[in-house]
Amino acid sequence: MKMAASSERSPPPFPDAEDQESEPALRDEDSDEGADIFLGTNPLEAMADSTFSASDVLSDLPNDLLGEPPSAVFGDPLSNISKQESTSNPAKQSSKLPSDVPCDIFDPLHGTGMEPKDDGKNASLIDIVINPVTSAKDNLPVDDLLSQPEIDIPAKTKTEQPAELRSEERPKDEPLSVASSKPKKDLFEDSPEDLFSELPKTKAKTKPQMDLFGDSSPDLFMDAKAAADTGPGRNAPADLFSEESVATTTSKSAKSNISANSIVTANSKANGVHSDEEEQDIFAEATVELSLDSPHNNRKTLDTTKPSEPASSLSAAAGSSKAQAKTLEELEEEESEDKFELNISITNPEKVGDGMNAYMAYKVSTQTTLPMFRSKTFTVRRRFSDFLGLYEKLSEKHSQNGYIVPPPPEKSLLGMTKVKVGKDDPSSGEFVERRRASLERYLQRVVCHPSLLQDPDVREFLEREELPRAVNTQALSGAGFLKMINKATDAVSKMTIKMNESDVWFEEKLQEVESEDQQLRKLHAVVDSLVSHRKELSVNTAVFAKSVAMLGSSEDNTALSRALSQLAELEDKIEQLHQEQAGNDFFVFTELLADYIRLLGAVRGSFDQRMKSWQRWQDAQTTLQKKREAEAKLLWANKPDKLQQAKDEIAEWEGKVTQYEREFERVSATVRKEVIRFEKEKARDFKKQIIKYLESLLQSQQQLIKYWEAFLPEAKAIA
Amino acid sequence: FSLLSLAVNVDLQTDGTLQVDISDALSERDKVKFTVHTKSTLPSFKQNEFSVVRQHEEFIWLHDSFVENEEYAGYIIPPAPPRPDFDASREKLQKLGEGEGSMTKEEFTKMKQELEAEYLAIFKKTVAMHEVFLCRVAAHPVLRKDLNFHVFLEYNQDLSVRGKNKKEKLEDFFKNVVKSADGVLVAGVKDVDDFFEHEKTFLLEYHNRVKDASAKSDRMIRSHKSAADDINRIASTLYTLGTQDSTDVCKFFLKVSELFEKTRKIEARVAADEDLKLADLLKYYLRESQAAKDLLYRRGRALVDYENANKALDKARAKNKDVLQAETTQQICCQKFEKISESAKQELIDFKTRRVAAFRKNLVELAELELKHAKVTSPHLLLVKN
Repeated sequence: MKMAASSERSPPPFPDAEDQESEPALRDEDSDEGADIFLGTNPLEAMADSTFSASDVLSDLPNDLLGEPPSAVFGDPLSNISKQESTSNPAKQSSKLPSDVPCDIFDPLHGTGMEPKDDGKNASLIDIVINPVTSAKDNLPVDDLLSQPEIDIPAKTKTEQPAELRSEERPKDEPLSVASSKPKKDLFEDSPEDLFSELPKTKAKTKPQMDLFGDSSPDLFMDAKAAADTGPGRNAPADLFSEESVATTTSKSAKSNISANSIVTANSKANGVHSDEEEQDIFAEATVELSLDSPHNNRKTLDTTKPSEPASSLSAAAGSSKAQAKTLEELEEEESEDKFELNISITNPEKVGDGMNAYMAYKVSTQTTLPMFRSKTFTVRRRFSDFLGLYEKLSEKHSQNGYIVPPPPEKSLLGMTKVKVGKDDPSSGEFVERRRASLERYLQRVVCHPSLLQDPDVREFLEREELPRAVNTQALSGAGFLKMINKATDAVSKMTIKMNESDVWFEEKLQEVESEDQQLRKLHAVVDSLVSHRKELSVNTAVFAKSVAMLGSSEDNTALSRALSQLAELEDKIEQLHQEQAGNDFFVFTELLADYIRLLGAVRGSFDQRMKSWQRWQDAQTTLQKKREAEAKLLWANKPDKLQQAKDEIAEWEGKVTQYEREFERVSATVRKEVIRFEKEKARDFKKQIIKYLESLLQSQQQLIKYWEAFLPEAKAIA
Repeated sequence: FSLLSLAVNVDLQTDGTLQVDISDALSERDKVKFTVHTKSTLPSFKQNEFSVVRQHEEFIWLHDSFVENEEYAGYIIPPAPPRPDFDASREKLQKLGEGEGSMTKEEFTKMKQELEAEYLAIFKKTVAMHEVFLCRVAAHPVLRKDLNFHVFLEYNQDLSVRGKNKKEKLEDFFKNVVKSADGVLVAGVKDVDDFFEHEKTFLLEYHNRVKDASAKSDRMIRSHKSAADDINRIASTLYTLGTQDSTDVCKFFLKVSELFEKTRKIEARVAADEDLKLADLLKYYLRESQAAKDLLYRRGRALVDYENANKALDKARAKNKDVLQAETTQQICCQKFEKISESAKQELIDFKTRRVAAFRKNLVELAELELKHAKVTSPHLLLVKN
């Protein structure tokens, strides 16, 4: 058994041992179930599914499926890779599987953008492949990987409902090939690029592999770990490898032989290079299943599916939006039922480097009981741009689906420059503390989001020792970021005029959000002015205290002189109180408002995404209408030769319309959920923070009472 | 309109034979009309109780008549009340009117109320300052008998004093320049009397410091008021947020808005009380110490004159020329100096007594008010918390 094997392999000193064990249990369960259903489905589908599991990088290959040829097949390409490094093709595909499935196929545009980044990862991926063979240390990555498969498992552990949906969908899909047409197109578009980008990767791969075979250097372990953390897709192959590693190398080669013929199809599918219709359908179906997701799965698995949702968007997720909504509801319930056992704190801001290249590094400490992390507590060091990078990744993946991705704090050139210059003035200290606190709140918001928490990038951010340097965060800096939001919201408001809103809820919410945004901005400005006035008051009180002390010293009545110097002391203390209160005004109140102004921007962004989705649907409808008109003209003109083409086009566009409509429904559902979630969180946040703020006010009032009570007898003693 | 409290409660002992207060005041455009109400058993008045309407300029005229009267050179002349200044407040009110369109109705009403309250506070303070001046004069053993004062109190017609014209103001300015230059000269002269020497150094320093403290307290209170204004605006914004719909958060916002509103009122009260008990006290003693300094200057001047007269007499005797005239001058100077010294000593002692008493009274009251406000705030805060 794979799991057993992996724990056997794991060396005792690894603290993760227990986590490892918990993972397998989960996994086994799921996979068992999955297998059952699998077998229960009609033979045609069974076949389809098994191939799909391979294509989808379902690392599900474990024992249950292992017996079945397809799963074996699936595992094999990878083993192949590890064995025959020189064979660039399978190796390519294995590395491609991970990165392509979640990104490229789902969104060709983004996928291509991400390609270059993947190079390094893919290279390191190979390291994993080899490492199991070379050393036991690989358990680390393996472990992480184990949690990943769950994404895919739910697809198999479908309840009947999804299954029905699927079957309903089938007849629709097959005759018309509606669903497949679009993905096909996209995939085809995608494939050349994939292939191109793969080429360099394969080159990169070969080298490390050679090295690995030669010796198990410690660096490689690091690589393996890093690679393991990078993503679900990537993890899957790693999983396979680890499994492979359990088996002897000879068995690997044996398997590779068996699967030799199926490798091509499986892998090509995964890459999105679909060669025939049948496979396409299967693939589409597979993704539908993926998004339907078993409701009875645990929270984690539910969450994990979210990132993969986009799959359904392209592959005509029939009725998936409904199912999705349902899952989300359940998700929310579950969320409130059991709180995430995850605490994040950011501490120890530290200046790294000198001069203008200096930056602040923060210690990000995580404490968790969630099994998906490899240990209960861990810390990493991150710099500001890493946080921006995280946002960028999350936003890229999730914004388009209507998720409200918490925005990070803005870049502050001025503040950072002060820190860089290294002047020990209080404002730079304040800046660092402010930044630290807002980064902490940002991360907490991210992990509070059930779907974002499941994102591999989030986990990588929290766990991985070294992150690749985030690039292009400049574009996100401060004003630019806000401008972006404002632009987006402007666009929304413009579009609103065009969009005759079918759902009153959205119309009202958007209005609410907009007026709230306005009010919060106003409130922010006022509280900000309170902060500055309070600071001013503090300064002026200090100055007055000094002045009173001087007056007291020149007073020739002893008792009065004494009382005045007491008054000066009192004013000094009050000055401290004002200062502290100004700090509370700022950190508790202003920052809360600033956060929510940013968050409301993100909320408006999600409305914007919904609008875009609607627009796309409408455009498709318009196009379809035109096509129909064209067909009618052809009919009238009696041109049968062109008629077939016109009909095909109509069919294609009908499919697109349906698909976009579903997509729009799905995004709408997500936005609605997200907004409800956001409002809940907002209510909680505001109550918590305002009460905290009131407590600070109360405290300073009580201090005031103490001070004046002490002063009163002094005043009375004047004679 | 009634005066509830005196802004500067300088402890004044009165025997009850002459009681003066301002029973009413009327703000008319740029001038304020004070109704000065007198109750007296003194035989010099025709009636026991009467009222006249006076304006600020008439107070100034009365004050200046004391200062110019040589007879009173040995007394600390009660400082003249400051000119009523509603300009800032009026300007704000005007600005508010202009900006009416840009704010909500609630905000506008609130702001208007705020400004009206501010205006009223300044008004009350102005009245109080004028009253204090009259009370001080009425309590002064010598000044209370002054004829001008009696005319001021009794004559029920316009005193037809006018504000100083430009020429007079210029003259005043030069006089002041000469006086302060002379003051430096006189102050440099070592006093023969240790008491006065001490008082001189004390007052010089004290005046500067009380001036500084007064300015600083003003600034402190101003920022306190701004903070209170901010809290007010926070309250109204929270209110707007709270009225958007009827969700739980909105109710919470309303509750918090209410609390901020209360906090604002209290903070504003704290600022106002500090203004009344602390800033006004300091301001009053800034002027009072100036008056005491003026007294010392007059005495110092008389001393210098006396010494010069002595020298002139010595010269005249040596030359045996105009001896008699020099003797007379010396005599007059001597008398003047001694007269000033005699009353000045008592005046300065009284000044100190008054000062200590006033500070005690105000500081105790300030502490009590601060305590009261802080204690009122706490339960409010607890209320929302729960």
